[in-house]
Formats: sequence, C-alpha cells, structure tokens
Amino acid sequence: MRKVVEGSAAVSEAVKLCRVQVISAYPITPQTHIVQNLSQMVANGELKAEYIRVESEHSAASAALGASAVGARAYTASSSQGILLMAEVLFNIAGLRLPVVMTCANRAVSSPINIWNDQQDSYSVRDAGWIQLHAEDNQEAVDLHLQAYRIAEHTRVELPVMVCMDGFVLTHSYEPVDLPDQATVDEFLPAWKATRILDPKNPKTFGMYSEEGYSETRYAIEKAMLNAKDVIEGVSAEFEHSFGRHSGGLLRGYRMDDAEIVLMATGSIIGLLKSVADDMRAKGKKVGVLKLVSFRPFPGEELAKALKGIKKVAVFEKAVSLGAPAILASELRSALYAAKNRPEISSFVVGLGGKDISEQTIHRAVEMASAGYVAQHYMELDEEFLRDLAAAR
Amino acid sequence: MKVTVGLYGEPGASKVNKTGGWRSNRPIFKHERCTGCKSCVTVCPDAVVYAVDKKVFETDLDYCKGCGICAQECPVGDIIMVPEAQQHA
Amino acid sequence: MEKIENMEKHALMAGHRACAGCGEALGARLAIDAIGENVIIANNTGCLEVFGTKWPESAWTVPWIHSLFENAAAVASGIEAGLKVMGKGEGIQVVAQGGDGSTADIGFGAMSGMLERGHDILYLCFDNEAYMNTGIQRSGLTPFDARTSTSPPGKESWGNDTMKKDLPAIVAAHGAYVSVASAGYPYDLQAKVKRAMKVKGPKYIQVHVPCPLGWGFASNLTLEMGRLAVQSGLYPLYDIENGQIVRVKAVPKRVPVEAYLKPQTRYAHLFKSPAGAEQLKRIQAIADANAAKFGLGPVEVAESA
Repeated sequence: MRKVVEGSAAVSEAVKLCRVQVISAYPITPQTHIVQNLSQMVANGELKAEYIRVESEHSAASAALGASAVGARAYTASSSQGILLMAEVLFNIAGLRLPVVMTCANRAVSSPINIWNDQQDSYSVRDAGWIQLHAEDNQEAVDLHLQAYRIAEHTRVELPVMVCMDGFVLTHSYEPVDLPDQATVDEFLPAWKATRILDPKNPKTFGMYSEEGYSETRYAIEKAMLNAKDVIEGVSAEFEHSFGRHSGGLLRGYRMDDAEIVLMATGSIIGLLKSVADDMRAKGKKVGVLKLVSFRPFPGEELAKALKGIKKVAVFEKAVSLGAPAILASELRSALYAAKNRPEISSFVVGLGGKDISEQTIHRAVEMASAGYVAQHYMELDEEFLRDLAAAR
Repeated sequence: MKVTVGLYGEPGASKVNKTGGWRSNRPIFKHERCTGCKSCVTVCPDAVVYAVDKKVFETDLDYCKGCGICAQECPVGDIIMVPEAQQHA
Repeated sequence: MEKIENMEKHALMAGHRACAGCGEALGARLAIDAIGENVIIANNTGCLEVFGTKWPESAWTVPWIHSLFENAAAVASGIEAGLKVMGKGEGIQVVAQGGDGSTADIGFGAMSGMLERGHDILYLCFDNEAYMNTGIQRSGLTPFDARTSTSPPGKESWGNDTMKKDLPAIVAAHGAYVSVASAGYPYDLQAKVKRAMKVKGPKYIQVHVPCPLGWGFASNLTLEMGRLAVQSGLYPLYDIENGQIVRVKAVPKRVPVEAYLKPQTRYAHLFKSPAGAEQLKRIQAIADANAAKFGLGPVEVAESA
C-alpha cells in the first residue's frame, strides 16, 4: 500500500513486517522515532515481540546478541555516539556469526556534538564484520530492511547487517512509500531456522577464547563477506520478482553509458547527484552517477567493471578518516589500483554535521574534478571561520 | 577437526586436558576412618574425587592438581598429602 | 580417561585450567550444579570464563555464552526475552555471571538495567575481591587495606584505601532478591541457590570465593579462608528479601580479624609495625560494625591468630 509517511515510520513498519521477535531499544537522535513507533506497535498487540528498554546502546547490541544466540530474530537501531559505544559489541556479534539486523540512522559524531546527518558513524565501524547497505531514499530504506534478514540469515553468509539511512534527511522526511502486505513479505522472508543455538537439550559453548584457529576464523568472516556479494545480488533480484521493483543490490548506475565523469556516493546524496547529472546532461555534459549500496562487502570487482572506460570519477562522501585521505575515495582508489586504464578519482568531503549540500556545491566539485585531479577537497568550508580557528588558542 | 562457524565448543571437551601433570603433592585416601560424608567430593574444585564405594573414595590422578583441599576438609583426617616426588622414588 | 566418563556429570568438569585450589571454580560448580541442567549461562570475561573455555576444550556441560567483559547481564536479558517470545523458556533458568570486577565496576550499568527491568535472571557474582585474571588488580570489591597490583602498600599507602562497595544493598535497592554466600560454606551456598531459584524475577547471589594465588595462601586452605572471613565478621552471610535483611548466618563467637588476615600475604604489610597495628584496628572496626548491623555476635576474647 502506498502512503506518505515519515521515513522512521516506514522503517518501523518494515521491521514489523519482518516479524522481528526481540527489539532492544535505546533512544538517540535521529533514530528514536523508529524504536518509539515499534513500542507502540508492541503495545497495541500488532507486533508480537519482546521489547527490552535497555540502559545503553552497549546493552542494546548485547541484548540483540543474546536473543539471536537462542534463535530469535533480533533488531535494534542506533546512530552516532550509540554506534561508537556499541562498537565492541558489533565486532563480537559478527565474530559470533549472529544475524542481527540494525538500522543506523547516520549522524555526525562528537566532538563537537552535532545531531545532524553525516556518515562518520557507520563508516567508523566498517571493520567490524557487519554488512553495511546504504539507502538512497525511504523506499529503499524499507526494502533494504526486508532484504536484510534474508541476507543475514543466509547459510552462506551468517553475518549481521546494518541498514544505513541518512539521519533526518531520510528518517524525518515524508515521502510516498509503498509498504508491502504481510503475506507477500512472509513468502519472501520465512521464519529463521537457527542451527546453532543455546539450548539445554543440546549444550554448546559460545565465545571461547582461542589462539588456535583465530586467524582462520577471522578469514572465514572475510569469505562470508565475499559470499555475501552474490547473496546481496540474489536477494535483490528475488525482491524485484516478489515486489515488482528494483531495490538494493551491490551498486546501481545512472546514465553511465557514455559518461565522461561519474559521480559516486553512498546514501541520500544520490538523489541530488542524479538531479545535477540531469541538469548537466541537458547542457551537453556527459555526467553519470554511481550509487554504491553495499559499502561492506566493498564490491571492488563490480566497481571496476562498472567504471571500465570511465575517465574520471568524483567521489562524494560525508565522512573522514582524520589523518588520512577520505574513506570511500581511498577504498575506490585501492580497489582499482590493479586495473588497466583506471579512472582518475577525485575526492570531495561534503555535508559533515549536516552542512547543506546544494546543487552549486556539486557543480563546483564537478568543475574542479573536470579541470584536474583533486586528491582531497573539503567543500563549502567557511573561510572566515577557518581563519578564526587557525588563530585560536 | 570439528569446527563450527563462530568457533563454538563441545561440552566437556576439556577432558583431553590432563591437569594431573600440575601436581607437586598428591592425596592419599587411607580408607581407614571414612564415614562416607562425601565432603571430599563436594569440595574438590576440579570435581575429580569420586566414590568407589559408600565409604571408599578416590581421586582421578589424571586430573588431580594436588591442591590439598580434600585432605584439609576431611573431618576425620582420612586423606593425607604426600609429595609427588615420593611416588616415583 | 575412562574414569571421568563414569564420574558424575557436573556443570563444570575437570580438565579446566583454574589454579589448584581455586575458590571460584568450586563456587561456580556448586552453584550451577544446584540449578541443574535446565540453565543457560552468559558469562563475563574473567577467570571463570577463561579457565574453562580454551577452544576447543570447554569444561562447561551446560549451554554457555561469553560475549564481552561487561555485558553478561545484557546478553542474558536478550536470552530471556528470546526464549520468552519463542515460548521456549519454561523451566529454563537464565544465569548471568561474572567476577567482582565485571559486576561491581565495568558491568555495573548492565546489571542495574537487568535488575530494574525485572527479568527472571539469576545473577551470580563470584567475589574474589580483585581483577584476578589480569593479575590481581584492585576492583570496587577489594577490601580496605588489601594489597593488589594497583593498590600496593608503600611509604605513602596502606594498600587499597576504599571500603568494599556494598553491592548486596545496591542490588536490593532495585527490588531484587539478594543472597550472600561463600565457597567456605558449600552446602549453604547450594541451599541459597535453590532458594533463589524459587523467586520469579531478578535475583542476585554474591559468592565469596577465596583465591590462593591472589590473596596469598596455600591452596589447601581455600574453604578455611572462606570460613575465617565469615567468622571474623568481615564477610557476613545473609539474604535480603523484600528489602529486609533476613536469615543472617549467626557468628556467636567472632574471631579477631587477625585470624583471617594474617594467613594472607595480601595483608602482610599490616603486621610489620605499630602503624600497621593501627590499620588492623580500623579493619576490626569494620568487622565490629558488621556485627552490630547484622547482629552477628561479640568478638571472642582473642587468642592470637
């Protein structure tokens, strides 16, 4: 059914449709609406789930871990400082191979404290072993949640999935969204049949310490990530078959066929990039857009293929790795290192702490990248503010 | 080698680890004054004291670490600790 | 090897790597044995977790999970919720357990949350009074003047300069059922576990578990040390039910604290000087205050320890 709803409401509806069984909830802007909506659904009896009002994000992730370890479908949501606080639990969940699904409502990290959107939070935990999928809009946010449990619980994957959606930009905006019916979702996403659970009838020991086999076990996660690439594509294809629209997958090109320059990013900025690309195309400039959905696993091969023959790429990202070049650009450069005739990859940092990204910003960046290689550039920094900071003691 | 995804473990697999090699002293169960109170069984941190009969108890020397708690706790002093080296004299 | 197959099955089996005479290994086995097989345990990092789970040699025969240092209470909350929603929880006791460090310090928040949410979970705190697994560092439950590797005595210090955090009272303030037990009194410990099992809702048992290596006494004296701690009044045993202290273990003839402290090298620095003797008086005052609060009984006119 098609409705105009707030992004958070759409996502909570999707989570309900997934028949999650245990929800651990801790508030943090801007994901809070999601868990609030879910609490109302549980209170109304619309969703038969155990709702645990935990006392911190560290415990939110830990409770999801525990529930998953007994075979229950577990869910939580967080952002920013919450993601960082639960970081060690995220590594733990992935290492224990538990298919927890979490929404990350992307938000800037302290310090300074800032509640607005950027992607520093989820990018900062990219090493944890979680699959990370980025939604372009609220429809994709809904759809990725429906796909997430299929991917996570797949026997060739068995890894947790983080569905990333830009905080406020997506969570708090109202868009028309198609919310599927329960019957179709049930057919697409059957109940989880966990095979390794804590059970007095068949006791096992989870989370042992190991010297022997540690490297191999970590490598096995890497293998699962590689398997996940096929599974992500396969589940997206099945989704299209069941629900009649494309959503998800590893990446998606837009007007790339004869592009001279391709604009690449993760998340809602894709909408803006497509709009600018259309403008520029209308004026004769051959611009394409490459949406990266799957940040982890990072589909290097698939990106190389998609960018074959492309001369220039401008990477836009709402994240930094302080002391080193920006993350998405670095990972793309690295993935294409061995490619013959690889494109020139320019890096632009935009939108930190919710800083507005206008069409002019994108135009300027494209101009810069078209004129020559840009190793790294932070767009739209206020020059006067920078001068004052430089003089500050 | 039995390995699971996530490196989980089988219950009681520790039995391959024969901790008896740790001992400096070993308990000798004299079987003279035993009243069958089973204190020795209860207090062993490694759960290796076992009943042979109602008033006859022994320790599994494959695992016994020689801590001496059983000897200390026996209410009738029917267990004594002797140096392990003596056993090999 | 055949013998161990014929031996009684315990929650924690031989072949584990606890020190000879380990009070915690004893306490944990007694406690979980008293619950039986229908248990699922979430265990914090620490001696209790490490000594029984070197992959693949698990000493645990019941379902058991270790996640991190501070989150057993939260993991257990998720386990309990998962079992409940799947209708599988009937008759299964969910347990969260850890040492004093993981319970009183780093895991305090998670435990508090678990208690106030009212989960039907048994929390077992095995109190050996320091972070033993990492080499005997001071925790919130380290007693006054004890030597640890981060509270060593010296010219400027008598050792740990704080009192034990009153965890039983803090837990009771959440409305939970509380019991304080000791590995020195194994049958009392098991009776306390069995009684706690009858409570529906959050319950907490703090088990004093003497540590030969960390406290500095011979490995055969583990239970003796546990008994002396209780008999000196420094570790009273009791329950808290509906906010009231009940079933206090009577100590009609209390021994002077020296009897308990002198055999442990972690207190050796108190026995070397008149200034040390002054510190002993302060520790005696703690025992006397406990005696008054819990109604333990008078100090026996001292023979020297």
